[in-house]
Amino acid sequence: MSTAETISQVAGRFGPYGGRYVPETLVAALDELERAYAEAQADPTFHARLDSLLRDYAGRPTPLYFAERLTGSLGGAKIYLKREDLLHTGAHKINNCLGQGLLAQRMGKHRIIAETGAGQHGVATATVCALLGMECVVYMGEEDMRRQELNVYRMRLLGAEVRGVSSGSKTLKDAINEAMRDWVTNVRTTHYLLGSVLGAHPYPAMVRDFHRVISREARQQIQEKEGRLPTAIIACVGGGSNAIGAFYEFIPDKNVRLIGVEAGGRGTKLGEHAARFQGGAPGVLQGTYSYVLQDDNGQIALTHSVSAGLDYASIGPEHAALHDTGRAEYVSATDEAALDATVKLARTEGILPALESAHAVAECIRLAPTLPRHDILVVNLSGRGDKDMGILSRELNLKGA
Amino acid sequence: MPIQFAGKPGLVAYLTAGDPDLKTTRAIALAAIDAGADVIELGVPFSDPLADGPVIQRASERAVARGTSLAHVLALAKDLRAARPESGLVIFSYFNPILRFGLEKFCAAAEAAGVDGVLVTDMIVEEAADYLAALERHHLAPIFLAAPTSPDDRLERIAAVSKGFVYAISRIGITGTQQSLASDAKSLVKRLRQYTDLPIAVGFGVSNAEHFAAVGQFADAAVIGSALVAIIEKSAPAEAPNSIARFIQGLYAPALQAR
Repeated sequence: MSTAETISQVAGRFGPYGGRYVPETLVAALDELERAYAEAQADPTFHARLDSLLRDYAGRPTPLYFAERLTGSLGGAKIYLKREDLLHTGAHKINNCLGQGLLAQRMGKHRIIAETGAGQHGVATATVCALLGMECVVYMGEEDMRRQELNVYRMRLLGAEVRGVSSGSKTLKDAINEAMRDWVTNVRTTHYLLGSVLGAHPYPAMVRDFHRVISREARQQIQEKEGRLPTAIIACVGGGSNAIGAFYEFIPDKNVRLIGVEAGGRGTKLGEHAARFQGGAPGVLQGTYSYVLQDDNGQIALTHSVSAGLDYASIGPEHAALHDTGRAEYVSATDEAALDATVKLARTEGILPALESAHAVAECIRLAPTLPRHDILVVNLSGRGDKDMGILSRELNLKGA
Repeated sequence: MPIQFAGKPGLVAYLTAGDPDLKTTRAIALAAIDAGADVIELGVPFSDPLADGPVIQRASERAVARGTSLAHVLALAKDLRAARPESGLVIFSYFNPILRFGLEKFCAAAEAAGVDGVLVTDMIVEEAADYLAALERHHLAPIFLAAPTSPDDRLERIAAVSKGFVYAISRIGITGTQQSLASDAKSLVKRLRQYTDLPIAVGFGVSNAEHFAAVGQFADAAVIGSALVAIIEKSAPAEAPNSIARFIQGLYAPALQAR
């Protein structure tokens, strides 16, 4: 559409995507955040503090692990797992929360709000707020609170207030709406710690920068272990934060395939999945221009995924650009494939992936046998599956696993 | 039809189109105009109204559930224009329904319907180049929000591209009723006045005759939305037009007494 093409020079654009589509009240806060982030980036003491917390508190660098039994059982490409699941709080989300938490401190904002889907970002935010002594309010859809109740309890234990959201589909999208309403109302005292590469500029670029460490480490680690770059990087894509972090440093390496895995849910009909590149069209949702699952009237569609963290109607704008230029490929994995992959990884490697990350594992299980043994796949294991025990026991009992 | 404010203050009445149904929205809009509203803002219901408080959220949800689309709202606008040629008519929307419809196609349809202006809640001046060009081609007034958090240089840019009127947000926050009017509003109008001779309408939280009169002291018009939508929510559809007319007449009553 022409709108996108002619305004592609505006700050915060990825090709035609991204930008800033927000109520006027928030613009001053976004400008302030953009300035504060630019200053922090140029300040060695900010990086020193962040790096030290990432190392000593969160547990970086994370290992790049050769999954030998999984590789052997599939009989194709060698499979490595980037173990973001081993980070403190159990997922990659802590990378961004530490970065934004320190930034909020610099800006003198003592109240933090966040949205959460699977609860991993909420837990990471609550954790960082406890660490930095900040007030924390997390918005979470009531449907997600039901399916991720363990994380709700974790957040409360950490001192955060969890506010249930009962509007719309009661999932991540509705939690973001409510967080933005809070931010519009309390913008002078509050930092919105957005948990993915979504929303208005500068969020998509800033959150990506805080997760770039994933691919920076992985690129070095694979060269140390194999002396060459991998055939492909595979990551699940909800909003897309772990995927962009895992892809970013490999973007200039044209021979490395970048594969994003969306939630195929339980069918291809609108409302049955969260595969934005298969059923979506460019549009504006929650501050940014990207692919959006929507109906013919521009109403945002409901989505479905067994994993709360992938259950979202839009996708980070940088992924939209990587998709259109063909630099990254986007496929989908169904609920069933993700559940099967969870069991497979648990029983071959003793590693229980988060249901979100299991989508990436599912694509790896499909792809590896089709490739020669010389090839290398790196799967970003973005989170661990402890939080999913309730849903796994229900879903897998049904399947008799 | 140019947007004009007869009274002091003038009245912009916001209605969520399709709540409770399009036929009733039409009757309510006519009743509001006849009771004294200078401008009708027809709200396009959206699935994710992130700038709105609970009252308008619920109205949007009901209207979306009934299948109310932008095409329906444009048809309603055309109908209202035919029935009340002198009234101001503004389409109020989030950006996505317009993008999906097609920006150019939307502007052409709005012009053909006799719409005067367009306000897009999540459109800011920096992103508006194509949007402004399309509105200009179709003689539609771009109406922007100005917020208490907007610094002066932004207010200047907003004023420079606005036509019809400028919508000053009375306080930081989402739409909704409130008990008293924040002091933010008066200073915002004063700052904005440096940059424009256009009428300035104050909205967000203007919910009774006292607020309305207070806005009249420092601004040209008041926007009333949530208070009207709340009345509609509580009224039977057949009663809603009368209830709205009585409410609007009640706004003017103290002003008349003061004269």
